[in-house]
Amino acid sequence: MPSPTSAYSDFERFRATFFEECAEILPDLDGRLSALQAGDSDTETLNAIFRAVHSIKAGAAAFDFSALVEFAHVFEGLLDRLRDNRIQHSAQVFNVVVRAGDVLAELVEAARTGSDVPPGFGAGVAAELKDLFSGAQAAGAPPPKAHQPKPEAEGPMRTYRIAFEPHRELFRHANEPLLLIRELKRLGELSVGCVSADLPDLAHLDPEDAYLSFIFELQTQAPYASVAEVFEFVDQDCVLKIEDGGARDDTQSAAAAPDGGEAEPESGEAHPPSSRPAAATPVSKGATSIRVDLTRVDRLVNMVGELVITHAMLAQQLSDHGGGQRQQWAQGSQELATHTRELQECVMAIRMQPVRSVFARMPRLVRDIAAKLGRNVRLVTSGDQTEVDKTIIEELADPITHMIRNAIDHGIEDGATRLAAGKPERATIELSAAQRAGNILITIADDGAGIDRRKVLQHAIAKGLVREDAKLSDDELYNLIFAPGFSTAEKVTEVSGRGVGMDVVRRNIANLGGRIQINSAPGKGTRFTLVIPLTLAVLDGMLVAVGNEKYILPLANIVESIRPDHRQVRTITGGSQVVAVRGEFIRLVPVRRIFNIPGAIPEPWKALVVVVETENGSKAGLVVDELIGQQQVVVKSLAEYTAPVPGISGATILGNGRVALILDVEGICSMPDPSAFVEAPGDFQRQAGSSPDLQTVKPEIPGRPEAPALQNINAAA
Amino acid sequence: METQTAMTIALAANTPAAAGVQAAGVKQYISFKIGSEEYAIDIMAVREIKGWTETTVLPNQPEYILGVMNLRGTIVPVFDLRCRFGMGLTGASRSHVVIIVAVLDRIVGLLVDAVSDILTIDGSEIRAVPDMDRAVSAKFLSGIVSVNETMVVLLALEQLFAQHAGGGPVQETIQPQSLQ
Repeated sequence: MPSPTSAYSDFERFRATFFEECAEILPDLDGRLSALQAGDSDTETLNAIFRAVHSIKAGAAAFDFSALVEFAHVFEGLLDRLRDNRIQHSAQVFNVVVRAGDVLAELVEAARTGSDVPPGFGAGVAAELKDLFSGAQAAGAPPPKAHQPKPEAEGPMRTYRIAFEPHRELFRHANEPLLLIRELKRLGELSVGCVSADLPDLAHLDPEDAYLSFIFELQTQAPYASVAEVFEFVDQDCVLKIEDGGARDDTQSAAAAPDGGEAEPESGEAHPPSSRPAAATPVSKGATSIRVDLTRVDRLVNMVGELVITHAMLAQQLSDHGGGQRQQWAQGSQELATHTRELQECVMAIRMQPVRSVFARMPRLVRDIAAKLGRNVRLVTSGDQTEVDKTIIEELADPITHMIRNAIDHGIEDGATRLAAGKPERATIELSAAQRAGNILITIADDGAGIDRRKVLQHAIAKGLVREDAKLSDDELYNLIFAPGFSTAEKVTEVSGRGVGMDVVRRNIANLGGRIQINSAPGKGTRFTLVIPLTLAVLDGMLVAVGNEKYILPLANIVESIRPDHRQVRTITGGSQVVAVRGEFIRLVPVRRIFNIPGAIPEPWKALVVVVETENGSKAGLVVDELIGQQQVVVKSLAEYTAPVPGISGATILGNGRVALILDVEGICSMPDPSAFVEAPGDFQRQAGSSPDLQTVKPEIPGRPEAPALQNINAAA
Repeated sequence: METQTAMTIALAANTPAAAGVQAAGVKQYISFKIGSEEYAIDIMAVREIKGWTETTVLPNQPEYILGVMNLRGTIVPVFDLRCRFGMGLTGASRSHVVIIVAVLDRIVGLLVDAVSDILTIDGSEIRAVPDMDRAVSAKFLSGIVSVNETMVVLLALEQLFAQHAGGGPVQETIQPQSLQ
């Protein structure tokens, strides 16, 4: 059993747990607050908000975050009155509550990072809270003593007998009996008895287990509810029995007296004394989730990945040795495959989490930005139950934040313009998630002005990204907004318009193996759709051979594979080749030359051309020797083991135990062909790596020598 | 796979005995051969020793990075130490040995000709590397000891791999090479 003076590392761990919990509580709080602002002020919502604030306060108190505790205390006081209907529910009050929620989140963040809060931060909101609070106190004067339990001002002295037997989970949840005892002591005169009968000898003592139980006798004027409240956070992790011994100079019937009876139901968590522990136990049994360290899950995922590979190896050896003739072997192998696959799916499902955790942060963001820019914006979210791999969720927050920010700043017009256009003054941004086959679709749609094609084009020409006479399709045009440094905002605001961002958004999404689609109608709005694979751990790939090397090509990138006639292949400036496929010129990417692989087939018309599509929709033809077959592979990050290798996104282990590299289609298409360029190789290399946008422009200029186009971009950048 | 190569030796590097000598200022080293030269590395860094198996080539990497191999599900880059020391490629065969070591939180394989011995060396026996014109850059060497009248060079693994952690110099070498 940990002593009160737990090791420093324990303290750190508990502290980390507190912030983990805050990270779970705050998004939920945000969601509740937006519900409140939307006019949903039922008791359930208010209770949930109260509980959230109370939990944060309790944790913060344990770790001495005084600014946080102080604010949470005031906030909590107001909420308590609000849920008791002692403060009028009004939009104005809810507004203060919502802003208080924002302040609370900031304070938690400040406590987490250890950064200093500017003096007087949140003071305005705190003052408003206090004003409302004291206003209510004056109005709700009749029953004040029952609600703000101040022991010294309470009724007659009572004696409570409390039996408290902590389970080991109590310590795991970062609770500490000593703190509870101290809190009890604050209520009145306390005598503590410790039952150590269960204590084993030292050799058998598990330091993480709980062996001691306690018997308290408390003499206090506090009502039963105040005593029970001390154990509010541990009642699922212990056996607790609180006996009201009655008032000292009263009879036993005092427990049923109006005084005591009044306090209990109004505390909102009325439990008759004896039934409380009994009622708490089934709840703990009914708990449906556990908290597991992510590294453990990752290890599980890895091991299952190994199992899949091991099975593939076995199956291959079985067929190599003519195992197919032994029917039982084949059947066993088949069953093993089914079970392995199922196990893999189960394990992957553990890592899946609803996107709610990201979506829930957005209402606050929208409130903040809309307030800063003086816009009136409503955020509607849907599909927040859609599940996606945890690593992906973490990577989604930034891009979504950025796109919503952009939508409010650039997409949505100001109120007057909207009214003039016959649209409601209040703009709507829809954020939704849905699952489609192996992908998750996240849509961010606004009902703003839409993308101004003319402005984008002018801007692109001014920046030298496209030629003046270029005719771009909608897709190509919209893709221009992802170019680094591209911004059509007329004025740079605090929120956005500096032209950093959309390129980063696209890179983030591309890193997840996803892509972005844009639809926009002038005057009606813009819709961004992010298409992202559900998981990063497994990939459907095509095994291809180049010389003696084998690579995995992600199936998602492949459009088709062709063996061109040599008349279809044209060589253009500097040795680059294009192939004509149904009237379209596709640039050939000679994997053999880029990776410097000896022994591969040099002529594209003798080898195979795999036409791949990159994230921005442009095509390229990878020249490989042979397609070996399609297979699902377990992706391993190469970066963990070696320095990043250009053109390679990861590795996997094949059925024969060999490592195969996974091609990064985007990367390999932008890598220089060593024997192709003749001028400014350094620039070519640098530029090609950082500007995939040139492919957007390229379809416009088929057959046009490559180098000048690149020079153009160089000049612009 | 590994099981087919009888060379796999699991080293009990963490046995109490090994830890014991450590405390006494005496360290154990594993010595190995590259050509006729004898080198040694700290035994605590060594995870296992296995026979050479074909690696998967990483494109456009320095010559001494032979590629990656599968070590029970872990992808391990393999370095040709002879080549790293500027003495040409090894031309590995099944009789060559890969020493799997943990350096700077990474697992890497070192291709050598053969493993010779486990040496117990007192710190006072280690001599500084004389400043001389050698193929091996002196900063990779932490000292020289004389064992049975043979000179054994102690390698400083951290220095040898420090530059790979950030991936700096590896990037430099990705210059387009002409086709063979």
